[in-house]
Amino acid sequence: MESVGSIIVYAVITLAIIVCSVLAVTTRKILRAATYLLFALFATAALYFKLDYEFLGAVQIAVYAGGIVVLFVFSILLTSQPGDNSAKLASKKRVLGLVGALSMLLVAGYSLVSRASFLTATASGDNPVMKEIGAALMGTGHGEYLLPFEAISVLLLACIIGGVVIARKR
Amino acid sequence: MQPVIPIIILALPLTMFLVLGLLGHKMSHRLAGILGTAGMGTTMVLAYIVSFTYFFSGNPSFVDAETHTRLQAVIFNHDWLAFTPSLVIRLGFLLDPISALLLVVITTISFMVHLYSNGYMRDHHGVWETGFQRFYAFLSLFSFSMLGLVVATNIFQMYIFWELVGASSYLLIGFYYTKPSAVSASKKAFIVTRFADLGFLIGILILSFYTGTFNFTDLTSVEVTDGVYQISEGTASSIKNIFATSAAPVFMGGSVLTWALVLIFMGGMGKSAMMPLHIWLPDAMEGPTPVSALIHAATMVVAGVYLVARLFPLYLMEEMSLQIIVVVGALTAFYAAMVACTQIDIKRVLAFSTISQIAFMMVSLGVARPEFHHGLGYMASMFHLFTHAMFKALLFLCAGALIHAIGSNDYTAMHGLRKHMPITHITFLIGCLAIAGIIPFAGFFSKDEILTATMGHSTFWYIWMSAVAGLTAFYMFRLYYLIFWWKEHKVPAGHHAPHDQPWTMTLPLVILAVVSCLAGFVPMGNLVTWNGHEMFESVNFFTNFAALDWGVAGISLAVAIIAIVIATVMYKKENPLPEKMKNLLPNLWRWCHHRFYWDELYMFITHKIIFGCISKPIAWFDHYIVDGTMNGLALLTQKVSYAIRGLQSGNIQMYVWYYLIGALLLGAITAICLI
Amino acid sequence: MELTMIYYLIPSLIMFCCGVYGFITRRNMIAILISLELMLNAVDINFVVFNRFLFPGEMEGMFFTLFAIGLAAAETALAIAIIINVFRVSENIDVRDVNKMKH
Repeated sequence: MESVGSIIVYAVITLAIIVCSVLAVTTRKILRAATYLLFALFATAALYFKLDYEFLGAVQIAVYAGGIVVLFVFSILLTSQPGDNSAKLASKKRVLGLVGALSMLLVAGYSLVSRASFLTATASGDNPVMKEIGAALMGTGHGEYLLPFEAISVLLLACIIGGVVIARKR
Repeated sequence: MQPVIPIIILALPLTMFLVLGLLGHKMSHRLAGILGTAGMGTTMVLAYIVSFTYFFSGNPSFVDAETHTRLQAVIFNHDWLAFTPSLVIRLGFLLDPISALLLVVITTISFMVHLYSNGYMRDHHGVWETGFQRFYAFLSLFSFSMLGLVVATNIFQMYIFWELVGASSYLLIGFYYTKPSAVSASKKAFIVTRFADLGFLIGILILSFYTGTFNFTDLTSVEVTDGVYQISEGTASSIKNIFATSAAPVFMGGSVLTWALVLIFMGGMGKSAMMPLHIWLPDAMEGPTPVSALIHAATMVVAGVYLVARLFPLYLMEEMSLQIIVVVGALTAFYAAMVACTQIDIKRVLAFSTISQIAFMMVSLGVARPEFHHGLGYMASMFHLFTHAMFKALLFLCAGALIHAIGSNDYTAMHGLRKHMPITHITFLIGCLAIAGIIPFAGFFSKDEILTATMGHSTFWYIWMSAVAGLTAFYMFRLYYLIFWWKEHKVPAGHHAPHDQPWTMTLPLVILAVVSCLAGFVPMGNLVTWNGHEMFESVNFFTNFAALDWGVAGISLAVAIIAIVIATVMYKKENPLPEKMKNLLPNLWRWCHHRFYWDELYMFITHKIIFGCISKPIAWFDHYIVDGTMNGLALLTQKVSYAIRGLQSGNIQMYVWYYLIGALLLGAITAICLI
Repeated sequence: MELTMIYYLIPSLIMFCCGVYGFITRRNMIAILISLELMLNAVDINFVVFNRFLFPGEMEGMFFTLFAIGLAAAETALAIAIIINVFRVSENIDVRDVNKMKH
């Protein structure tokens, strides 16, 4: 049985996720969209904290909120004038998008809800300690991730170089 | 004999063709002419060496000294295309009396024409004809092909070179390819002879299918037993047996052998312009005159005769095929002679005269029987081939000199040239006397042999052919008088008077005239007979005189002289007699003048019947059914593509939407199935 | 009231659907990228939730999310580089104008 506090926290987080997501894709000001995305990401980070993944929540804030959103903001500022409103959406396109998103919601939501009775497991387990995470990241055994870690390092390096090459002035 | 010289004989003209064809445009005209002529001259000398070695060396591989029989000698014979162990096509060099004879004829005439063309193929101001080097290249190609044809060791090699001479003839007839008439003439020649060659090819296939061999030596080896000359017993019986026991020995009333031989003869008819496949030869005169002299008078057109002569022992087995040859030849001879009497274009007259004379050779082959004077007709045919090549080439080269001087093919533009062009006049007269059969010129002896052989076979055909011989004398002297006499030559204002041509053109005329005077004394009976046996015990210069059948000779001489007298009366001086004759028999004249409407008949058959009844439905089918199906498919594809190409909009959001629909459908199906 | 998995999965699903909607309807390429990030984030949440509820002793879901975040950073960096380049060429980042490569 959850405590009332926990439920309140959950409700706040969920509400923030839903509202910010919806606003992020419906607002006509692009900078606001980025801001709502930032809040949605923060809410996600809060969700991670609530589920006792503190490291993950920290990474989420540091990388997403600190890195990616900043990147977004910079590029938005580079590519649009302040006060720019994106044009009003053509209704046909909006209908298309709505139909797609809602039918998706319907199908996936129905399959989830219709099986809600099977999903009875409750949250358990502890917050993984940093020592374990570090060992798993650097280990080479079963359930350890040195190879993906190295691969993603190389990928990021390639990305940096690629980004520089692509965006560089000619 | 070492195969070196024979190989050079074949390789030199081919090399000349390649050199002149590939590098000719880089050379000067004069160098190309000299090179071609020198190459041909060398070939001629080598061919003379080979022929004289064959005829006179007494080498045991060439002549059987005991029986005085000339043998067939295969100098070399290389496998060329080995398809299966039994189906091998070889290229080789066969030396026997007729190939040795033809080597001499071809190289001589070819050399004369090469020499002559140096003068002919440039105008009065010394400006060379366009494509002069190409002309020499084609002449070399032709010489190579023709030499390859006559020395073929097997019928397939012959067929290959047969097509090559057809191709080079096509190229040379169409030499003035900017002239539409030349282009259509070359196409006509090619198509008509191709049609005939279809028969030839089928004949070859039938023959070789049943006998299992292409080789002439296997097909026609000849043997002497007990003084009787016949096809070697083994060959004859085996070939007879093959055809007697074959699965389909009879087809539509004729034995398979007859069919094969008649079909092969059809190829010969096409090449030698026998009726009804003669229509291409008069039009072939669109080519340069030296080409007419070389290809369409002396060498290529006798290939059909040569073919029949080459397979003569086979033809002997089937009486019926020989009868067909006689009838075709006799009709053609008469027809061509009639037409020649009414033509205006001097080259056309000579062309029809050629057809007629080749028909003489055909008839002669057709009437040749071993029982009669050891196959006199065969010898006479080859003799006439030899003499005819000389005097007809002479006549054509004279015609070329006249055309070159006057600039027109019509005798109406000539008249009375005897004082202006004395050398041409004399040589042309010698040619006319030779073809008319006046003693002692070449044509007399050969034609006399032909008539003798014909009389030995059938009196009817003898009278018929004698009449044709008379016609020959008539139309040739008609032509002679209309060119050189009739009335004084009027030189058009502003033109020079015509005169004899440069030495390159007159020298061949003189040489050929001398040969035409003397060729009749060649003791052909000792050189060329159907089984190689020598006819005379001993020979000297007057052997042919001694062998004459004076009854026949006297009659033919009388006929020729009467014909010449008639021609003299009618055409020596300008008079209204020809017009009267024409008005007396207007229909006959019109039919002859229009060549008995053969071309119109062909036009009718090809255009109305073949095009109308066969080609048009096929074209309709092709256009609407075959093309229609394909076009329909293409149209369908196009329409469908147009209809769905909007999907490839380049708009990534639409792609996502399509993807989403697919994913949702999958999800929905999964959800429904799991419930 | 017990907070079972479904309470976490439904917000994640809504977030994902928002991403889908945004991806299909927006014209600004950066907005499209934002929608993409939303979808990615929704998936991350799912991984974490499954890990926590179904395999509490393991860390696979968490690590997957960790790497996904890294990949998202890489992808965003590249995408933004491309967008800026496009902007430089056409002074515009409307996705409808980016179809010159089609031809």
